[in-house]
Amino acid sequence: MFAEFLQYLFTGITIGATYALIALGFTLIYNASHVINFAQGEFLMIGGMATVSLIGLGFPLPVAMLGAILLAAVMGIALQRFAIAPAKQADPVTLIIITIGASIFIRGIAQLVWGRGYHSMPNFSGNEPVNIGGAVVSTQTFWVLGVAAVLVAALVLFFTRTMIGKAILATSMNKVAARLVGIRTEMVLMLAFLLSAVLGSIAGIIVAPITFTSYDIGIILGLKGFVAASLGGLGSGMGAIVGGLLLGVVEAMTAGYISSDYKDAVAFGMIILVLFFMPRGLMGARVVERV
Amino acid sequence: MLKSLLHNRLSGLLLLAIVIFVLPVFFNNPFHYDMATQIAIYATTVVGLNLLVGFAGQISLGHAGFFGVGAYFSAIMTGVYGWPPVITLLLGAVLVGFLAFVVGRPILRLKGYYLSMATLALGFIIAIIINNEGWLTGGPDGMPVPSLSVFGWELSTFSSYSFLGMTISGSLAWYWLAGVLLLLGVWLAQNLIDSPIGRALRSVHGSEVAASVVGVDTARFKNLVFVISAVYASLMGSLYAHFQGFITPDIAGFMESIILVTMVVLGGMGSTIGVILGAVLLTLLPQLLADFHEYEMMMFGLILMLTMIFMPKGLLPTTQRFIRSRLSKKKGEQA
Amino acid sequence: MSALIEVKGLDKAFGGVHAIEGLSFSVDAGQVYSVIGPNGAGKTTLFNLITGLYTPTKGEIKLGDRDVTGIPPNKLAELGMCRTFQQMQICMNMTALENVMLGRHLQLKSNLFTTLFRLPALLKDEEDCRDHAVELMKFVGCGDYIDSEASAMSYGALKRLEIARALAAKPKVVLLDEPAAGLNAVESAELEELLQKIAAQGITVVLVEHDMKMVMGISDRVLVINYGRKLAEGTPEEIRNNPDVIAAYLGG
Repeated sequence: MFAEFLQYLFTGITIGATYALIALGFTLIYNASHVINFAQGEFLMIGGMATVSLIGLGFPLPVAMLGAILLAAVMGIALQRFAIAPAKQADPVTLIIITIGASIFIRGIAQLVWGRGYHSMPNFSGNEPVNIGGAVVSTQTFWVLGVAAVLVAALVLFFTRTMIGKAILATSMNKVAARLVGIRTEMVLMLAFLLSAVLGSIAGIIVAPITFTSYDIGIILGLKGFVAASLGGLGSGMGAIVGGLLLGVVEAMTAGYISSDYKDAVAFGMIILVLFFMPRGLMGARVVERV
Repeated sequence: MLKSLLHNRLSGLLLLAIVIFVLPVFFNNPFHYDMATQIAIYATTVVGLNLLVGFAGQISLGHAGFFGVGAYFSAIMTGVYGWPPVITLLLGAVLVGFLAFVVGRPILRLKGYYLSMATLALGFIIAIIINNEGWLTGGPDGMPVPSLSVFGWELSTFSSYSFLGMTISGSLAWYWLAGVLLLLGVWLAQNLIDSPIGRALRSVHGSEVAASVVGVDTARFKNLVFVISAVYASLMGSLYAHFQGFITPDIAGFMESIILVTMVVLGGMGSTIGVILGAVLLTLLPQLLADFHEYEMMMFGLILMLTMIFMPKGLLPTTQRFIRSRLSKKKGEQA
Repeated sequence: MSALIEVKGLDKAFGGVHAIEGLSFSVDAGQVYSVIGPNGAGKTTLFNLITGLYTPTKGEIKLGDRDVTGIPPNKLAELGMCRTFQQMQICMNMTALENVMLGRHLQLKSNLFTTLFRLPALLKDEEDCRDHAVELMKFVGCGDYIDSEASAMSYGALKRLEIARALAAKPKVVLLDEPAAGLNAVESAELEELLQKIAAQGITVVLVEHDMKMVMGISDRVLVINYGRKLAEGTPEEIRNNPDVIAAYLGG
């Protein structure tokens, strides 16, 4: 009984950590530019697929990972420079469609280069699972949780201790004021996308050994990351993490105890509940419209 | 002044009618008719969606869900329970209208990205249910749909009919049906827009707070246009089901919803004729890219990005403005 | 004279900041009543409270005999209250005339059925609406813009358009938030004339303004607020000579 619960719990927080990282990526970009980046999930996909591909070409794992992260970083910057920046004052609907177009574009290239097949990646520390209180847990789980924790800690330090981090925060609060004090907002935006892409791709790499990876995993994972960010309250970093973990756990519990067919519906059901009863999310701030 | 306004309204409709009437001249096989019918069905759907997105300025990323419910309701009720198709079609629309009314109230209180998230979630939930409940819907493999029939008289693309001594293929008959319904859909939509109710709807987009201080119950109107656009989608979904004879869950999916919204934005939000153009382009695009099958997805994404970046107002308004500025330049040169 | 608008003990807090504190005053029907005060005094907040955009933290607002505290703006419009905005809220996606026609929303008699099928009842409704809107545009001095898009109009013209829209709602009282803001001397004088024309029709006018000359020239009574509290209330003459008011405006 308890072992079963623990099993689902571990599955839940593992995938939840992934959602949290994607959600953080959404939050970063949203805070810096008020854009909802529907292509966020594709960074995840690139992380996993590029690593697999590079391993296949004979590169050792660490090099392959680095290569994948670099590729994602370049894509992130390219997305901002060529798709978002030119659109400037566009309607929110238009911006959403642009990022959706970008995600389709990236997916199209991925399909071209890597085909439609599913690929797997070996666990980082071997295939011997660990037994915790009766639950069978893959060693990869600890990698996921560990790396996620390190990334979050690094981000917190980055935003509170470094000048660049503070510059990003300043730009997100008031773009004009930031410019007036000399912050190069264009650079800041590019940086936000870069960080977001790196976050997403790392998430994709660490979770790839657990779930298979293919050219189209980006869509549903991206959407769930979006849901997780909204659950916590878009714009709140803490919210992204809480939202991600919560979503992961509820999803795993639902799949385990109720029905695995409706696993995906959990995310969407939860977001509707939150939007109806707590529209600013669990931790979002209240905004008053000035007339 | 009223007369000149009428002139404007009817000219778009008249042009459309002429195009629909003349187009068959260029068709030389049933496939052309079928393609045109499909375009007309999608065009009517987006004329309805445009009321919500283009005129009232709301976002809906789950509209294919309503299309799908209409389609599956018709498929199940006529196929499994033998209900008469036309009655089912209308009942399905009522059902979907009611569904939209119920979820609309709480959802439309949200704005901007919250609204897009909620509509996205709604669409997904519908698609997941359709996909999972295989015993009812045939699941991911889809289900067959009986032909549209009225009092035993069947309309199918595989039949041929005689009319006034001529033989008319089922495909041609379907084309006329879809074409007439498109004209009807456009006429009703234009009537709605060009009226006090239409102004109330547009004011929700223009300035919700201004609308409320002159007495517009913005929540009520948002819900009204949401229901109307859902009904359009449901009717067209049912029609599509009968036309194709077979449906799969992806007609209710996320990509479909995105395609619908893109048709609206690409053609020109708030332009009834513009969105029809959007429907034409986005339905034909995969056909044109079929030769580049491998590159299709990539090109689709690229075209989407480029048009949205450089023509954010949509194709038709941007072209209209371009033509207008050219004409005034010419006038300036002549002066 | 009966009070048309009565405000008692109004309080509005945003977090820890009291934008309005313990404010009470009343406006009689048919008056021109102005609210003045230094920047940040809370004038627009006051307007937003009265017109239902904000809900008060404490206090009561009455329109006629009815308690209208916390009632949403569209319901207040039904009760005869309409307003304009400091930062204009014009629907740029519509023509100038359509903006004014929007104001007549509450008088529309057509329903969804007559609208969808464009029955004669709707056409009559539309023609009446259009005629009234044209008249109003001429009344406020926007006669030149009858065929224009809203986006093609000048700032001053748009301000008057907003007033036309408010009047189209056939209000008993109209609240104008800094209608003279950004207007030059000529436009201000035209506005003053317009306000007097409106008042002459028996419509109660409540005004937030910085233009002292205009305020003193057309008001029956003036309310001065500072830091969200009532500083003084009285006739323009009384206010002009009130030492507290002078101190607040000139410092010291």
